[in-house]
Amino acid sequence: MKKGATPRRARRGRPVPLPPRPYQFPRFERLRLKNGMQLVVAPVRKLPIATVIALVEAGAVCGYRGREGVAKLTAELLLEGTTEDDGAELVERFERLGTSVDASADWDGTIVTLTALHEQLAPAIQLLGEVLRSPAFPQREVERLKGERLADLLKLRTEPRGLADEMFTRILYESASRYALPEGGSEESVSAITREDVQRFYTWRYRPGGVTLIVAGDITSDEAERLALETFGDWTGAVAEQCRTSDKPARQTRALHLVSKPYAKQSELRIGNVGIPRNHPDYYAVVIMNAVLGGLFSSRINLNLREKHGYTYGAFSHMDWRRQAGPFVVSTAVQSEITGPAAREAIREIERIREDKITVDELSLATSYLGGVFPIRYETTDAIAGALATLVQYGLPDDFYDTYRDHMRAVTSDDVLRVAQTHLRPSAMQMLVVGDANAIQKPLEAVGFGPITVYDTEGHLV
Amino acid sequence: MSHGTLSIVLPSINLGTMRIPIDTFRLPNGLFVTLSEDRTAPIVAVNLWYHVGSANERPGRTGFAHLFEHMLFQGSADVGSNEHFELIQRAGGTLNGSTWLERTNYFETVPSNQLELVLWLEANRMGKLLPAMTQQKLDTQRDVVKNERRWSMDNQPYGTWWERLPALCFPPEHPFHHSLIGSMEDLDAASLEDVRLFFQTFYTPENAVLTITGDFDPEQTRRWVEGYFAAIPNGNGRPSVPDTAMPRVFGAWKREVVRDNVMLPRLFLSFLSPVFGSEPFYPASVCAAILGMKKGSRLYKSLVRERQVAAEAQAFTYDLTKGSDLLVIDVTGRPGVPGDQLEQEVAREVDVLCANGVTEDEVARAVTLIQTEYTRALQSAGERADRLSMFATYFGDPALINSQVRRYRSVTADAVNAFIADRLGENNRASLLYVPRTGALRTHRTGEFAGVRA
Repeated sequence: MKKGATPRRARRGRPVPLPPRPYQFPRFERLRLKNGMQLVVAPVRKLPIATVIALVEAGAVCGYRGREGVAKLTAELLLEGTTEDDGAELVERFERLGTSVDASADWDGTIVTLTALHEQLAPAIQLLGEVLRSPAFPQREVERLKGERLADLLKLRTEPRGLADEMFTRILYESASRYALPEGGSEESVSAITREDVQRFYTWRYRPGGVTLIVAGDITSDEAERLALETFGDWTGAVAEQCRTSDKPARQTRALHLVSKPYAKQSELRIGNVGIPRNHPDYYAVVIMNAVLGGLFSSRINLNLREKHGYTYGAFSHMDWRRQAGPFVVSTAVQSEITGPAAREAIREIERIREDKITVDELSLATSYLGGVFPIRYETTDAIAGALATLVQYGLPDDFYDTYRDHMRAVTSDDVLRVAQTHLRPSAMQMLVVGDANAIQKPLEAVGFGPITVYDTEGHLV
Repeated sequence: MSHGTLSIVLPSINLGTMRIPIDTFRLPNGLFVTLSEDRTAPIVAVNLWYHVGSANERPGRTGFAHLFEHMLFQGSADVGSNEHFELIQRAGGTLNGSTWLERTNYFETVPSNQLELVLWLEANRMGKLLPAMTQQKLDTQRDVVKNERRWSMDNQPYGTWWERLPALCFPPEHPFHHSLIGSMEDLDAASLEDVRLFFQTFYTPENAVLTITGDFDPEQTRRWVEGYFAAIPNGNGRPSVPDTAMPRVFGAWKREVVRDNVMLPRLFLSFLSPVFGSEPFYPASVCAAILGMKKGSRLYKSLVRERQVAAEAQAFTYDLTKGSDLLVIDVTGRPGVPGDQLEQEVAREVDVLCANGVTEDEVARAVTLIQTEYTRALQSAGERADRLSMFATYFGDPALINSQVRRYRSVTADAVNAFIADRLGENNRASLLYVPRTGALRTHRTGEFAGVRA
């Protein structure tokens, strides 16, 4: 250990930043194999590790009415047995390679992913090929995973955060919308899914024309292309078209939905409306608007509810980006006694950002934050591969990550006011509260948000 | 396509050996500093560990170490309330802090041109916190923390396990026994005088370590560290360490059943185990991975996949460095499986392990997985900084970060079996079992959300 130099007086005043060192999102290459499968490779050599994602055009929006949840169940069942290995053998083969695979379906795609050390990458990708190309969907495992999903849903009834999130989207969208039910399906729809549904879904959606293989990390493009060809080159099948659903709201006027959870010590609050699709031209301005309203610790909603009033551990707003319009929602959990005042403050902040332009300081905080954290977000191979999956999923241009910071810096406070007035619609907003109805119904009535409907934790009217 | 040009010109982690470069020095006031360069991206992480946690709290002040952590974001002599957050976010950085039984940490990751600002902010609150403390700030953060308690524990199914498990495993007078988040009464009792005393006792340069990882100029950085931190006066020496001595085993099977507002039973089965970082810790950690790391683990294979009595199963160590560590099995039952059956099923798996031991194959699976996870984590500058601070705080040697994989790889089946024989018997088990308050479980209803189909 070296000895420290002579101490000197700490400087007064705040340090000014040095000129920034340039940052570029990792370079990547896009290729298309003869069978229509896409390959995206980002060689990043920092540690001897790489992340692989197989992105499949098999999102939760795809499926069959009354069988919602089939996309997620199919994704999970990929890992539960192939024509060569049963589920336990598969797991063991992956884990011996020091890796494990995750498979899940979000709204717009199924993502099967693994991260492995360089030396294990070739066998890991081969095994991934087996999983994607020859799943067996054993009856026993279909039943087991359905049972696990039902257990999750049962647990959700006592878990206020998850329950509030789930119930909020249910009351937000019209019942014809797939978005009205959770990605993983409801108790009713999951119970109805059969092995044949899963097989049919797999045959329909899992085709090389609808699959993109993404590799980020310690690998060269040539190596990745060779592995992709070896593993997937002789797989054939036409391109699967994208699925769509209704993204219309259930109501045009305000309503308050109270989910009764007796003796709850906190109220979970959700306030919002149907937002905009990911590819909307207002994307950048909405990201900035959300950052100022409730996207950062130093945002209006958190400073008001947490730091000014001490009502909560945290209060945030969020735009859920999907191919079609996902929810915009303000979320917080507050002490039961102050549910009314907390709801009032949150609504007030939504109204306020629609009334006046945000200040120069607020705008610069949001743009400098979003620009600065950009390289921090892409430190790991998982994050880089995930960013490339987003690019593919939403059909964004190849220079999206290179121009992102310029686009953010171009947003003005006029833009922010305009998008707040256009996309936040207080007159049609829905509020959902999970809490102790006996204690909070009257204070909530006093807020005067809109007509109140009370439900039990299973969503039945009380 | 070219790549890796930066890593040729500038220092970085060695891709072949995965060796992380480390440089250390100590300021005259006792502050220990670790620098670790990696110039592959223009970001830098700053990480401070203070060697104080809930174990250092005095009776009647449970939760104070964590409440105090909140106060460190409330400004200092030259920084306004909440300005720390705003300045870092405006600089394009991320930040937070956390409190654990044995330590409290504060961390930022920022674009590398903003390093000096972070050092100034951290030095300002280490040196000059008290002038900014007011009763009103304390009262607000007390309310925030109470809401954190409600949010993370009281209003969350199984949420109280965080305080019930240590309370069950460590005797009442032991520093690890009491609640980290604290009781509402003790939070109410905390005063500005407590803030002053705690700061003066524990938040001294000698009781802290500072780690900087990522893209920085070492000479310039060292000058900044000296310029900002060296003038901070040392406290009254390192605070005394509370007595954490524990027996090797519980001596009997301890049991607690909690009837709670939950739908499914959940069992936490714990064992006293060798402290983090010690030689026998590594076989214990590998044993936890064999039992409950990922889907190829024994508990998952047997209880979730084959017997289908559990919905989830995992095992982990608490990573305590003094007295005793805990190895914890955490299993949630499937609907219809009563709590006592769940406990029997888990105990049977442990008994089988005790009777037959583990194989070299199982050890190999676990160690390979641990190695990948370790490599994966070290990609992030913030993670590297946190681990360097941890090894510096607990063992005075940040370079231990470079020997962890080797230590795991040297674990043998014999060593794991010796650990099992020594620690997994019935005389060293503690069960914390959550069961639904209503007793019998309902089977799931197929009823839909009829009421909301408006």
